[in-house]
This record gives sequence, C-alpha cells and structure tokens, in this order.
Amino acid sequence: MDGTILKTVNLRKEFGGVVAVMDVSFEVERGEILAIIGPNGAGKTTLFNLISGVHPLTGGEIYFKGQRLNGLKPHVISSLGIARTFQNVQLFGNMTVLENVMVGRHHRSSYGLLAAALRLPRARAEEQEIIAKAREYLSMVGLAERAELNALSLPFGQQRMLEIARAMATEPEVLMLDEPGAGLNRPEKEELARLVEQIRQGGVTVLLVEHDMEFVMGLADRIIVLDYGEKIAEGTPAEVQNNPRVIAAYLGEEDVGFLRP
Amino acid sequence: MNQRVGVAKTESKWKLSRELVGKGVTVAVILGVIAFVLFLGYKKHFETRHYLQLAIDGIRGGSIYALIALGFVVIHSVTGIINFAQGEFVMLGAMLCATIYHSDLSLPPVLKLALAIVLAVAATTLIGVVLERITIYPARGSPVVALIIITIGATITIRALALLAWGTRAKWVPAFTTLEMEDLTFRFGGLIVKAQSFWIWGAVAVVLAVLFYFFERTVMGKALRACAVNRRAAQLMGISPSRMSLLSFALAAALGAIGGIVLAPATRPTYDMGLILGLKGFVAAIMGGLVSSPGAVLGGLILGAAENIGAGVTSAGYKDIVAFVILILILLFRPQGLIGGGERAVEEG
Ligand SMILES: Nc1ncnc2c1ncn2[C@@H]1O[C@H](COP(=O)(O)OP(=O)(O)OP(=O)(O)O)[C@@H](O)[C@H]1O
Ligand SMILES: [Mg+2]
Repeated sequence: MDGTILKTVNLRKEFGGVVAVMDVSFEVERGEILAIIGPNGAGKTTLFNLISGVHPLTGGEIYFKGQRLNGLKPHVISSLGIARTFQNVQLFGNMTVLENVMVGRHHRSSYGLLAAALRLPRARAEEQEIIAKAREYLSMVGLAERAELNALSLPFGQQRMLEIARAMATEPEVLMLDEPGAGLNRPEKEELARLVEQIRQGGVTVLLVEHDMEFVMGLADRIIVLDYGEKIAEGTPAEVQNNPRVIAAYLGEEDVGFLRP
Repeated sequence: MNQRVGVAKTESKWKLSRELVGKGVTVAVILGVIAFVLFLGYKKHFETRHYLQLAIDGIRGGSIYALIALGFVVIHSVTGIINFAQGEFVMLGAMLCATIYHSDLSLPPVLKLALAIVLAVAATTLIGVVLERITIYPARGSPVVALIIITIGATITIRALALLAWGTRAKWVPAFTTLEMEDLTFRFGGLIVKAQSFWIWGAVAVVLAVLFYFFERTVMGKALRACAVNRRAAQLMGISPSRMSLLSFALAAALGAIGGIVLAPATRPTYDMGLILGLKGFVAAIMGGLVSSPGAVLGGLILGAAENIGAGVTSAGYKDIVAFVILILILLFRPQGLIGGGERAVEEG
C-alpha cells in the first residue's frame, strides 16, 4: 500500500448558508506532521469535526487506510484509530487525571459490571494493566505526579497535556490536535513541540491546527492553508510562506512576520 | 469595555443576592414545616420515641425510594432522559419474585425464595434492556422530551400488561427471615423494628457498595461517568453512547427490581404499585438535583422519614401529600436540588 493514511475528497460542510468547508481535498502521509493553518473562522475545527464524525458531511468523502469513513459514528471512528483533542479543553471534570486517561482505554476493557463486582481475578488483572498503561501516558506528558488530582484542578497548560495523554491512550494511528498551543507560554510550547515530535517518532501521524506560526514552521513537515473554508495552499513551510494567496489571506492579521523569513 | 465589566458585576451581584434569598427561603420553609410538625405532634402528645419510630419506619420505605432515585439518576445523567418507567421495574421485581416463589417448583422454601429473587432481578434487568432497545433506541436522536414521553407510554403499557398477567389481586412474598407471611420483630427500648427492615437496609448497603465499586474502580463505570459529564468527548474516546444508554437502563432496572423484591414482604405487591413508588423515587432524585447519586440516596431517606412523620402527626391519608409538596417546593425554589451539587453535563463546544 502507499504511504497515504488519511485522505479527503471534495470535503464539504455547510451550516445553513455558511460554507464552513468548501470542497477540500488533501492526503496525509503516514508518519508526517501536517499542520492546518488559516485565519479565524477558516474552517479548521470544522474539518476536524468532519473527520472525527462529529458533524455529518454535506458532501465529499473521507478515507482512512482506504476505508470510507462517511457516516460512521464518532466512537467507531475513534476505535478505528483516529483520536483528537479539542480547541476548548474538554476533560471529564468529575474525575481524576488518571481516570481521564483510563477512560481513553475503555475499548481495551472487556470485563463489565458483573466480573468487576465479583472481583474476578482476570478483571482485576486487566484493571491493573489499564492503570499501568494510563500512568505511562501520563509520564509521557509529564503528569505522572499529578495522577490523583482532579483533572480541572490542573493549570491550563497541563490540562492541554492531559487531553493529549487521554487521546494517546486510545492508541491512535492518527492524532488530531486542535490548537494545542493556545494559551500556553513559551516553555510550555517548547515542551509541547518536543511531545508532538516524540509522538510522531512513536509512529503516530499528527494533524495539527495552530495559530502560532513560529511554532508551526518549526514543527510541521507540510502545511495546508484554509481560508473561508477553501484550501488555498499546500506545501512545505517554505513553499507556503512564499505563496501570494497565503500572504493575501493573512494581510491585516497582526502576526504576519512569519511570512517573510 | 469598562461598561461591560460593570454590567457583569451588577449581574453577578444580583445573582448572588438572589441565591442568598433562595437559600433563606428554603431554610425558612424547612424550619416552618418542622415547627408545624412539632406543634401537631405536641397536640397528639408525641414523645421523642414516637418520632424515632416514625423515622425508622419511614427510612425503611425511604431506602426503596433511594434505590429508585438512583435508577433515575443513572439514566438521566447518561442519556438526559427521565425514565418514568422506573417505578414499573420495582413492580416487576416484586411481582415476578412472588410469582416464581408461588410456582409449583418442588424446592425447599429457602432455595425457592433465593431462586425467585435471582430470577426476578435477572428478568427485570432483561426487560429494562429490551425496553431500551425497542422504545428508546429506535428514537435516539429525538428531542429528550419525546424520549421522556416514550417512557411514560412504556410505563402505561407495562402496567397494562401486568394487569393482564396478574390481575388486581395483591400477591405476597414471605419475610426473608421467617419464610412466613408473619415477620420477626425486634424491640430496642421502646422502638420496634421488623426483621425485614434489616434485609432492606442490608440490601441497600450492598447495592451502594457495588455501585460505588463499579463507578469508581472499573473502566466501564468510568466510561459511564465520562458519558454523563461530557457525552461528546466520551464518544470521541471510543465510547458508544447507545451501549452506555443500554447499560444505564440495565442498571436502573436491576436497582428497581432489587428494591421491589426486598420491599415485597413488607407490603403486598400489586400490579399498580409502581406508579406511586416511581413518583416518590422521582421526588427523591429531584431532591438531589437529578444528577447526584449521594443526593438521590439522601433524598430518598429524608423523603421516607419526612412523609412518615408527616403522616404520623396528621393521619395516614396525608402520607403521599408530603412527597408532592416537597416536589412542588423544590421545583419552585431550588430546581438544582436540595442536597449536594451534582455533576452537571456540559455541552460540547
Ligand atoms: N456547529 C456550527 N453551527 C453553525 N456554524 C458553525 C458551526 N461550527 C462552525 N461554524 C461556522 O463555520 C465556520 C468555520 O468555523 P471553524 O470553527 O471551523 O473555524 P476555525 O478555523 O476553527 O476558527 P478558529 O481559528 O476561530 O478556531 C465559521 O463561520 C463558524 O461560524
Ligand atoms: Mg477552531
């Protein structure tokens, strides 16, 4: 098989009269870090929502490892191997840090109420296994010490890290991060960049929406630029930086320094 | 910009003072009711032990309300539905247990009762599962109000089928201790407690412990809680909402059945017992804000004690009024529940 893990064909989403995603086609190579950038309201989050099955498509197709994802439920898509985080952090606020990650391993659990209630040895062993695995993902994002705290008591930057750990706990092949750097300070962002690189080293393909251009330019292998729902450019960071349409789209934005290296 | 901050401030102040007034009103109403009850009791020459006796008997019924209320909470927090068929699960548990116990099986009474209990819980759970699959599942994605109305329809159907199957005559289940209709009674000072009360409290305690273990320690329990607090995020973690909905109905049905079975020897189960029990359980759940399990349990116990004391100082005929007065007062003044802030589900962004 070729190196394409995820592919969209003329992907389209309309909300009433608003075309949030306009016939967008692209391919994601296995093992790459692909950034999706664009001004506010460009349709980046909507694109993630379409791929993860949150919104039904208005038109087009999505393929994951050759399998058509159209119409599949979010939990099915998740268990096929596509995980994501949210632009506005969505942790389970009634649980500890560790429990949040354990939920991510839910589909690895095959024992239910009865077995657990009877404390069957196999069910208990499985629980221990899940806890151990969850702790691994927590150490990966540097939260091992925080396991027993309530998830929402973490500082914001760590909540974002926890979301990544929770998504990774589902053992995805594609990880979609929606503005993981938003609200993080410089050292936290450097930490994040290292983490994303480490995740890719582990064989996971990363899709990344990000506003911080410096961050994106240093990290992404390729970039797709959306504007008003339309894909206006695609290429390496260097190619995108010099693309006149991209420059035009970002004119009037405060942060255009990245366009002229 | 500054203006907006100003507006926000007055708004929050206004909200705060409204909250304080609300709390004040609640406390005043509760104190007023207690004073009124004591006054009525005084006129009847009640002593402390009378109140204690009423409270103990009330808490027995209240334990059943607590189980029913937990069923409401489990289903509501996972699916958003208020399942009015909850009381019917109680009826089914009790009636099935009685039917199996009185069947022609030639077994010693103890084994027969044990078998009847196990089968009745299993069958009611199965009915809960089937109910979810044939009524709620096909309508999934409909507005919650529609689903709630479906559960009302299911309630009426189940009750009608029960009437066809069992008629209007009351059944009986033997007391667990004596295996006779007549139960043992214990005396503690001036207080009388029936042996079945201990079975009821024991069963409730065991059920609570198992539930606690399930929700706190198992991954599936955590998945259910995740679904309750953020359905969208849970779904994106690979959790199937329809599977969780099914699980919540199974749990709620089992809880109801257990309640009905341990209650059965203390009452005479009939095909229509589910209506009033379901409503009482609903009131108890509302007392805890519909999303809090500890709140639901406390609500059930308090409701049971309150209505029994209320009936004691007035007359038995007024018993049911207490629950509905509480319901109306809560909905008017504290729709978020009296006890314990629960885990409100957040909507995804
Ligand atoms: N659920 C929805 N209902 C209606 N319109 C929506 C919905 N979600 C997104 N939109 C609209 O679709 C367009 C694209 O929104 P989207 O959130 O995908 O942009 P974005 O690129 O993620 O922006 P940002 O950088 O602000 O996160 C916007 O015009 C938005 O108002
Ligand atoms: Mg967005």
